[in-house]
Amino acid sequence: MSGNNPYGQDSQHHVLSVLVQNRPGVLARVSALFARRGYNIFSLAVAPTEHADYSRITIVVDLASAPLEQMTKQLFKLIDVVRISELDPRHSVVRELIMATVRATAEQRGQIVELTNIFEGKILSVGVDAVTVSLDGSPSNIDDFMAALNQYGIVESQRTGLVALPKLDRAASAGAAKSPKGKAS
Amino acid sequence: MKETLTGAQALIRALEHENVDVMFGLPGGCILPAYDPLIESKIRHILVRHEQGAGHMAEGYAHVTGRPGVAMVTSGPAATNLVTPLCDAYMDSVPMVGITGQVPTAAIGTDAFQECDTVGITRSITKHNELVMSAQDLPMVVRQAFHIATTGRPGPTLIDIPKDVLQNEMTWYWPSDDEVLDSLPGYRPNVKGHTKMIKEAARLILAARQPILYVGGGVLKARAAAALRELAELTQIPVVTTLMARGAFPDSHPLCLGMPGMHGTATAVTAMQKSDLLIALGSRFDDRVTGKVSAFAPDAKIIHVDIDPAEQGKVRRPDVPIVGDCRLVIEEMLKAIKELLQSGETQADVGPWRSRVSGWREQFPLAYDQSEPGAALKPQFCLEKLRDGAPEGTIVVSGVGQHQMWTSQYWNFEEPYTWVNSGGLGTMGFAVPAAIGAKVGRPDKTVWAVDGDGCFQMTAQELVTASLERIPVKIGILNNSYLGMVRQWQEMFYDERFSEVNLSGTLPDFVKWAESMGCVGIRVEDPQEAEAAIDKANSINDRPVVVDFRVAEDEKVFPMVPAGKSNDDILLHHSQDARREFLK
Repeated sequence: MSGNNPYGQDSQHHVLSVLVQNRPGVLARVSALFARRGYNIFSLAVAPTEHADYSRITIVVDLASAPLEQMTKQLFKLIDVVRISELDPRHSVVRELIMATVRATAEQRGQIVELTNIFEGKILSVGVDAVTVSLDGSPSNIDDFMAALNQYGIVESQRTGLVALPKLDRAASAGAAKSPKGKAS
Repeated sequence: MKETLTGAQALIRALEHENVDVMFGLPGGCILPAYDPLIESKIRHILVRHEQGAGHMAEGYAHVTGRPGVAMVTSGPAATNLVTPLCDAYMDSVPMVGITGQVPTAAIGTDAFQECDTVGITRSITKHNELVMSAQDLPMVVRQAFHIATTGRPGPTLIDIPKDVLQNEMTWYWPSDDEVLDSLPGYRPNVKGHTKMIKEAARLILAARQPILYVGGGVLKARAAAALRELAELTQIPVVTTLMARGAFPDSHPLCLGMPGMHGTATAVTAMQKSDLLIALGSRFDDRVTGKVSAFAPDAKIIHVDIDPAEQGKVRRPDVPIVGDCRLVIEEMLKAIKELLQSGETQADVGPWRSRVSGWREQFPLAYDQSEPGAALKPQFCLEKLRDGAPEGTIVVSGVGQHQMWTSQYWNFEEPYTWVNSGGLGTMGFAVPAAIGAKVGRPDKTVWAVDGDGCFQMTAQELVTASLERIPVKIGILNNSYLGMVRQWQEMFYDERFSEVNLSGTLPDFVKWAESMGCVGIRVEDPQEAEAAIDKANSINDRPVVVDFRVAEDEKVFPMVPAGKSNDDILLHHSQDARREFLK
């Protein structure tokens, strides 16, 4: 694992970007396969792509539960799965979004606004004794933000799970995103 | 000209377009509309007594014909009764299409009468399944289901059709091959092996001194038996055929070592252990073959040919993985080997290896103790008599347990597609319905099911179906009044503490039961009676026959590799224990 791993040096997490046919039940097929084979999903994000016939599922998998090769091969056996890209963190752009509601007295409100600005987050909603903020960034960035907010007391929060795309080719690093389709079939 | 059909009419016409000549099923509420146009169809429908029977019949039919078996049942409990055969077909890569009725689209999700989440329940036990929400989609969904079931690694598919979809109108069409492929952009099974890998495999094969061809069910699915034989004979490499591959290579061939695995021959098991190269063809390193994986064939390099990429490296990392259809790959392998030989390469001498293997074969034939005069029949004896009395080309079907292992051991399989059994899932009750399906698929052949008394009681009611539909299968029950394999394990591994394993020495009366279902029933209690009973059964061809062989209750299957043990720890028949050293 690379030093740029957004989950840290020792992480067993790996990102799969899975292009699927946009059909009823496809998410259930993918998640059921992971459950049935005993593979752990760390996070999962799914939404339609620019092409209405396809959706993209970004799955952060836990390689402690099974080898990546078996995961991608079993996944690829699903008829609705069109392509699997194994995204190397060194050659990908990754983002995650968090929304958090934090306890804030009138005096603390300013501190939280300042903290959010430092992280380049946004204030979404301000209440009498709480503030809801958001931040998009790398997972480790979000971890830091959450740790900082924790001292005020997080009432509730929701992370989206990671989404990722391959970095665009530079002259020197063409073919950065490996597609295991050739490998697996 | 545009033609308007109901969904039900479109379904039946689509099945006709797929060349379905027979289907197995049982009607009920939600599937009723599909049974109406069936009256006019040329498709033969076989009315079963339980939906599980329909599924296993479809499997038996597929096993012996290579064509997909079709089972059609209604929603809810009928769909759940189909679950076992679907899972069985999935484990053994049997091409099969299941069709289930579903509650009307508007009622889905309301816990309606006989509603269940059929696609949800069958998701992990089908290669693909589909809930059809519009009558217009039916021809395409049927084509996809047959295409997926029969290509790549074969397997079961399921089409779940709500009642109103069957009743609604649609405009008939029949999708082209290209349209089917375009609709499945994620499904392109790779059939042609990688040329470089095949060349590498050819080099390894020529260099090996102790090679073994480890042949699995994939060779039969790929119809590669002829290619396999050419490969074995060209290279003089001994062959083991797994439980799913019995018949892929003739048992009488001098290179054939029989079945490997938990109850395999000592020769097949040991030859794999000592091998320096395993050429795995359509086999999947199942735990029943490998025993303790870490101790399996420790010195062997592995060439693994399989059409399913996920099998490569799932259990054992291959040195040369080849993803492709076994027949095409073996044919390319033959070419590559011949080219190497022509270019002056020579094959390593496998002579010493073959003599060593022959020595094992002489020292360790299958063995059992003949029964004492007046004592109970031995099941192995019954099988020898059944085998010797069977007409050439007989198809033999079995259930699951001791009788299955003895059948695989004692039958002589000479041709492909003459052996039908439940390998992966180990489904008790498989034999009777699968035999019926096999006989429907191959009416020209004698079909014997060898069953256990436990298995028989799970699905015997389908003999009513067989009698009424004039499907003259023959059933030999090796009746030891026990769940025999369980008894064997309790005797060997649970200190003879027998728990819930005795069925009954008196009930049911299998002969009367057989007669009540329209079959001829024969009881055999004495070794002297066996041959005459078998001859009589073989002479009856107008109805099913059931022969109740009352066999010894304490007979055990040997050889045996205890679960979780290394194949080196194989337990032999007691008469061979003294020669154990020869296996070293």
